[in-house]
Amino acid sequence: MAQATVQEMSDLTLDGLLATPAGRALLSCIQCGTCAGTCPYGDVMRYTPRRLIGMLREGFIEEVIAGDDLLTCVTCYDCWAKCPRGLRLTDVLLPLVKEQVLLRLPQVPAELQSALANTMRYGNPMGESPRKRAAWVEGAGVPVPLLRDLARPVEVLWIVECYAAYYPRGQDNARATARILNALGVDFAILGNEEKCAGECARLVGEKGLFDTLREQNLATFAKYEFGSLLTSDPHAFDAFAYVYPALGLNRPVDHTTPFVADRLDALRPRLTRDLGYRVTYHDSCVLGRHNHMHEQPRRLLEALPGVSLVEMAHCRDDTICCGGGGGGMWLDTFYKAKGYPRLSDRRVEEALATGADVLAVSCPYEVPRFEDSLKVLGGDDRMVVRDVMELVAEALAE
Amino acid sequence: MKILVLMKMVPDIVEELEVAGDGKSLDQEFLRFIVNERDEYALEQALLLKDRLQATVTVVAPEAPEVDDVLFTARAKGADRVIKVVGLPVPSGARATAAALAATLPRIDGVLPADLVVSGCQAIDDLDGFVAPLLAAALDLPYLGLVSRIALDAGAATAVVSKEYAGGVMGRFELTLPALLGIQGCEKPPRYVPIAKVRAAIAAGGIETVAALGESAVAPLEVTAMAKPEAAGHAEMLQGSARDVAEKVADILAARGLL
Repeated sequence: MAQATVQEMSDLTLDGLLATPAGRALLSCIQCGTCAGTCPYGDVMRYTPRRLIGMLREGFIEEVIAGDDLLTCVTCYDCWAKCPRGLRLTDVLLPLVKEQVLLRLPQVPAELQSALANTMRYGNPMGESPRKRAAWVEGAGVPVPLLRDLARPVEVLWIVECYAAYYPRGQDNARATARILNALGVDFAILGNEEKCAGECARLVGEKGLFDTLREQNLATFAKYEFGSLLTSDPHAFDAFAYVYPALGLNRPVDHTTPFVADRLDALRPRLTRDLGYRVTYHDSCVLGRHNHMHEQPRRLLEALPGVSLVEMAHCRDDTICCGGGGGGMWLDTFYKAKGYPRLSDRRVEEALATGADVLAVSCPYEVPRFEDSLKVLGGDDRMVVRDVMELVAEALAE
Repeated sequence: MKILVLMKMVPDIVEELEVAGDGKSLDQEFLRFIVNERDEYALEQALLLKDRLQATVTVVAPEAPEVDDVLFTARAKGADRVIKVVGLPVPSGARATAAALAATLPRIDGVLPADLVVSGCQAIDDLDGFVAPLLAAALDLPYLGLVSRIALDAGAATAVVSKEYAGGVMGRFELTLPALLGIQGCEKPPRYVPIAKVRAAIAAGGIETVAALGESAVAPLEVTAMAKPEAAGHAEMLQGSARDVAEKVADILAARGLL
């Protein structure tokens, strides 16, 4: 089973990578095609990982990086997980190839362009004012301290991240998480408007310069404070902090909210008293699930909620189906639609509806808008809702 | 072929604008500046012409917060020279800005004469789009505004230019260069440049700084008061066919003694 690992080299380009032993190992692909077979867009992608590597090692780099084909990759980690040689496709090779693609594209799809430009300018892809990043706190109903106001070290620095901070349904997740952290008596604080996007999706779509800039800014902000560990609501931010920020010195333990709360289930259990009466199907996210293999923690948490029964979808755990939001996919729906590609979140929601569950539970903020949209498109929104695991836990929590 | 692009920064309305304590200027505490969107189209138009005709592109912008990022980004996109003008009065007003630029541009080595000068046709602080035509007049250049397309052959002395009018009407003009064009849009949206290229431009440096002429021939605008508009009431939406709505409008105007 492929394991997520820390990236040691921080200043790499595609050429630089291919000059290292690690890079040459990447080209030792046996051309089995498992990657292409498992890729959710493998049937429409021109340069699947197999073909990409085949082209690279024969010297056909220019052909691969011309055109927008690589934007089809939604960085779902499926090829990475299934590769029999454990090649670091999704996390290392593909972003570096895409960096070259972006440098040559005469025109970047409009929605992606504005998401990237907004992230650079305002620290979030929505283009909202940085000063409104903690506006959600007002309706939280529980204390959510700002680290700069606390003026003391804190156990847990909670990085809320862009969608949980700004998007209304993400704010529901943030408020639920705040209630749970308070119930657990966790010593935590947030950065508020000092927080900026961790930049992982920018990195995965090939905007390495944007990622590097955000990483520098975030590390400078972190350096102002003392904290025991990082906690984040966003699996992509989790990956960035756990595997890519350490190359420039971040050395704190990193957690995602779902496994964090699952690890503290015994302390929470006495207060999980509201009977929910839901049949729940849990969607393993590409990053938390397939990349980090954190399959059991969310299930343990859900099963502890009164009145909740779990039913599995056909594709689960390491075989989960991507929602289509990773690697820039969140801002490429119009691009994919123009090419006539099916929407990955529609595929996933069809599977969810087939289980007969009332609730599709998720643990990545991208999934909520994507699956809610697909539910409406597929006409299933009268019999199923989407909820983050944190929302369900908070719902079961007695006051 | 030499192309000059004039760009400027304007208040970024992603933040709510507040009036400062003096009652006549914007509160600076959270104010950010962003490049004028029309100027981005002007730069894109210049870069498209550069790609096709092997022109050189020079960008000139007045000093303002965050203008360096814009100039380095222009460099990363392909501008050959980026120049910052310091010492222009702020606020300035269209007449004073145009006069100051008209006095300063000829003094910068190699900028004028240009075969083509482009700038955004309007900005949020110049909604009527006065600066560009006033500057053109001061530089003795013909002006055409609201331009959405420029067709030009290498070495040609004339350009065919499309200008937008209301109601979806498009005018096509043939004009003799040199000229100053106020850009509304161009055939494609402003290109994206990866941040790595902007960072490389920042590391390489290269923004030239030029001082504006000391005394402007035209006095800058004096703002005596600034206030946010007050919402006094709600809007009434008139429904129905065109005839119904026209009758209702006529009734309202008559009732208020305006007919």
